[in-house]
Amino acid sequence: MMLAVKLAWSQTVSLWRAGALRVLVFALVLAVAAITAVSFFTQRIESALNQQGSLLIGGDLAIVTDHPVPKTYISQAKAQNILTTLTYEFPSMVMHGEASQLVEIKAVEANFPLRGNLTIGQKIDDLGAEANAGPKSGEVWIEPRLATLLEIKVGDVLSVGESNLIVSAILLREPSRGGNMFSFAPRVMMNAADLPATQLIQYGSRVKYQLLLASSTAKISQYADQMKPALVRGERLDDVRNARPEIKAALDKAQQFLGLSAMVSVVLAMVAMLLSSFPYIKQSLNTFALMRCFGAQQKTVLQILTIQTLIIALLSALLGAFLGFVAQLGLAQLAGSLFVETLPPTTVLPVLIGILASIGMMVAVVLPHAWQMRNLSAINMLRLDTLMQPLSAQAKYVPAALMMMLMIFWQAQDVKIALSTIVAMIGLSLIVLGFVYTLTYLAQRFLLMTPKNHTLSSVKLGIQGLRRRLGLSTVQMVGFCMGLMVIMLLTLIRGDLLRNWQASLPEDAPNRFVINIQPDQVRGVRDFFTTQSIKDAAVFPMVRARLVSKNQQPIKTTEWPDERAKRLAEREFNLSWSASLQTDNKLIAGRWWTKQEYGKPLISLEEGLAKSLNIKLGDQLLFDVAGNSLVLTVTSLRKVEWDTMRANFFAVTPPGVLEEFSTSHISSFHLPIGAEKPLNLLMKQYPNLTVIDIAALMQQVRGIMQRMSQAVEYVFAFSLVVGAAVLYAALVATREDRVREATLMRVFGASRKQVGVAYVAEFACIGFVSALVAAIAANFLAYYVSEYVLNIPFQFNLAIVLGGTLVSATVIPAAAWLGLRAFLNIPPRQLLNSI
Amino acid sequence: MQQPPLIQAQDLHYEITNHDNQIRILSGLNLSVAEGDQIAIIGSSGSGKSTLLSMLAGLDVPTSGSVQIKGNAFSALNEDGRAALRAQHMGFVFQSFQLLPALTALENVMLPLQLKSHQDAEKLSLEALDKVGLSHRVQHYPKQLSGGEQQRVAIARAFATQPNILFADEPTGNLDSTTGQMIIEMLFNMNHEAGTTLILVTHDIQLAKRCKRMFKLDHGVLCKVTKP
Repeated sequence: MMLAVKLAWSQTVSLWRAGALRVLVFALVLAVAAITAVSFFTQRIESALNQQGSLLIGGDLAIVTDHPVPKTYISQAKAQNILTTLTYEFPSMVMHGEASQLVEIKAVEANFPLRGNLTIGQKIDDLGAEANAGPKSGEVWIEPRLATLLEIKVGDVLSVGESNLIVSAILLREPSRGGNMFSFAPRVMMNAADLPATQLIQYGSRVKYQLLLASSTAKISQYADQMKPALVRGERLDDVRNARPEIKAALDKAQQFLGLSAMVSVVLAMVAMLLSSFPYIKQSLNTFALMRCFGAQQKTVLQILTIQTLIIALLSALLGAFLGFVAQLGLAQLAGSLFVETLPPTTVLPVLIGILASIGMMVAVVLPHAWQMRNLSAINMLRLDTLMQPLSAQAKYVPAALMMMLMIFWQAQDVKIALSTIVAMIGLSLIVLGFVYTLTYLAQRFLLMTPKNHTLSSVKLGIQGLRRRLGLSTVQMVGFCMGLMVIMLLTLIRGDLLRNWQASLPEDAPNRFVINIQPDQVRGVRDFFTTQSIKDAAVFPMVRARLVSKNQQPIKTTEWPDERAKRLAEREFNLSWSASLQTDNKLIAGRWWTKQEYGKPLISLEEGLAKSLNIKLGDQLLFDVAGNSLVLTVTSLRKVEWDTMRANFFAVTPPGVLEEFSTSHISSFHLPIGAEKPLNLLMKQYPNLTVIDIAALMQQVRGIMQRMSQAVEYVFAFSLVVGAAVLYAALVATREDRVREATLMRVFGASRKQVGVAYVAEFACIGFVSALVAAIAANFLAYYVSEYVLNIPFQFNLAIVLGGTLVSATVIPAAAWLGLRAFLNIPPRQLLNSI
Repeated sequence: MQQPPLIQAQDLHYEITNHDNQIRILSGLNLSVAEGDQIAIIGSSGSGKSTLLSMLAGLDVPTSGSVQIKGNAFSALNEDGRAALRAQHMGFVFQSFQLLPALTALENVMLPLQLKSHQDAEKLSLEALDKVGLSHRVQHYPKQLSGGEQQRVAIARAFATQPNILFADEPTGNLDSTTGQMIIEMLFNMNHEAGTTLILVTHDIQLAKRCKRMFKLDHGVLCKVTKP
């Protein structure tokens, strides 16, 4: 064994010195660097995005209960060194002098919030300063709206239950203000230590108890896993995903894109490794054969080859992982300024992925060849090409294919995505094969003619080259195709994703909601909006109703295992009516009502709600509307873009169904931050109205989306690097052959121009076919990924297809020419000596 | 007016630098080759025979001195100029055959003709392969041929373009004596038929004796050897 290690090492050193390993090592290093950097970066960005989201709940995780949080939950968290803090939220009346107002009280412990900061000021129009802890005992902070409504200023006393507390600041911004935005009353924040004295929490009080937790991602997810089975009725776990649905959609899409980019980087890197390993395999098998000729044992030869392959894979992987880490550091530094917090620390996982990919791929590619050779006589091995290769000989490629599939499944962590990637790769290879055969068939017909022109005859030589190296050309084209397809795919999706984000949250998206508008006030409110030049202030009717039964079967909330379904069924719906489908809704099943159907008991449901509650088209739903029964038949399902922030409804009926019930109206519109004057006027004119202000929240969401866009751009750039690695590997895979051919052509009197034209003609065909197939495949894939995975509308982009095809058909031959050009200036004698 | 010699080498010097050491391979060498001549260059391994052949064929340029082909200063031309002269006048047979592995026997023979945009490339190549007795193996790849057969393909390739000068560098060096003998017969017969000028590099004295003139390259200097 020691002899094998020694020989393998000296072989590796010799191969390196002779320059035979450089291409392979370069491709391996580049591939591993890209895998590592993308994994590092996506991992850190994901954590950063999660952290960003954490600011919105004030911690990394929350346990929300309708009864006091069990002490064991807190002690278990503390035992695992997880930070904890408790909050209590409930509605209550507060008084200032004679005036009273319904508010949302939030009592917090001294270390609230665990993530993010509160912004407080001394006046309602202050810019404010950040505070990293809540109010002290005996003090309260109030929202500007309450200050206006009750005409309070800092220093005044506010009666909260049985206590009188001093208003010590105006709470300008509370990032963690979550929950159902339609239940918002102005916020009053107080210290939890003052709660008992207020005597507000009594038996039967509707209090939302919240245990906020913060720690490392690993600890938090471990704690969450531990707690999930222990939770009883009335207790639930909230993380940023289910606590803030408007963030969830965007966050999920960003993470899917990052995941997708990381996966394609790995796949591409493996294609690069595969392509660059061909010359190495050829050389190794020759050495293998020679060693056998010299009398080496089969076992020894296999051992040497294995160890040598491992040495090359490991050293390249270590260097690649190091470079990947450095590249990622640089990018993180650059990206750091984009994020509020510094990026979370890295873990060792990406390095392991890189090393595993390198070793796994090399072993899977090289060893099956050697294994298959073990029973051949030495002389047969030396003349391998002349042997008839049975079909079963192709089995040597199976381990490499399996290894690639394994990596895809591992990276995708989603059967649907993994399978579609694999099917796409196989389909792509078949299409390329079809194209190559068609092209060479056409070329052969063209070749029957013999052009007199020197340039044309060189072109002909080039196209002949394609046929001469059919196998290698196909592999090379598949490599080019993969690289180009991924680049185009990511370009297309990235564009869609970014456009979608920008479109979903335009600068003038509604950021203020006014609820509780009475029917007789609708006209007045509309007039008010007109006089104040507030545009696009749609007013929707709203009727509160509770779902009682479905198809005469009572709705029992306990029957649903799904927490979301349970919550949906328990709560009151806001039913609305509308003659037409809202512009940001999309009908996905059934049909919208006609004018003749106005007044008929029909209902259209949001698809997610219907799915959670297992409601189908044609189901009859019985609603309780303020004590009256109303049976409605489901005639359509709608997809609602919740992240547009517009007022939307789970359930909508045609006009003429709900008007007789007690109705209030809701309106949403856009008012820039700092231009709230009209709001105060409106409140003065209609004191019964409640304004819900999500302007600050929207700004935050927009900020997060902005960062996600940047993250997407960075990861996209990384994937491009891997794509380039594949293209490079595909170029060098056949270089040796081509240099030899070019040299002989020159010995026989071909000019450099002739050689160049032949070479460029061959690569122009390769580039054009690869780019064309890649463009078609990328569009199909982009359509699939956009529509079915990321759930964003797909836009066919002809410019990318044409531009991409043209650029590739130009760049590939140009790059190939640049690679060969150096050899054309060396006297043929020197090259003849070396080939 | 007297015709210039086909090849005229004057005061050829060739030196290489290896690890700061100047190695002199050719030192002030002169040679004149007339049309239809047959010249053998002999010498021990490493004496610079192949280097001299490369200089005469324009595959490399001398450190100093000149090579003229039909009065044209060959060594003063650029790479493409030399390539054009090679295409016009020269054919090659190498010790290691230098066939392209991805091309069939026929395609290998056709390659130099195609480079000259020759209209009858395939026909001429098939004829050449027939002359060397390989008409039944035209679609075989080099790896499917024996050493002797590969060298026959190389000879067919060399003659297919009907060159004025044939450069043969140890054409039997990789072959057993019987096959080597057969190859030599073929080479000289075809050379005789075509009236080609032959410049043969070999260390086989018997083979060299078959040429009209024989030179020995020793320490970079060419000396005429009188045939016994």
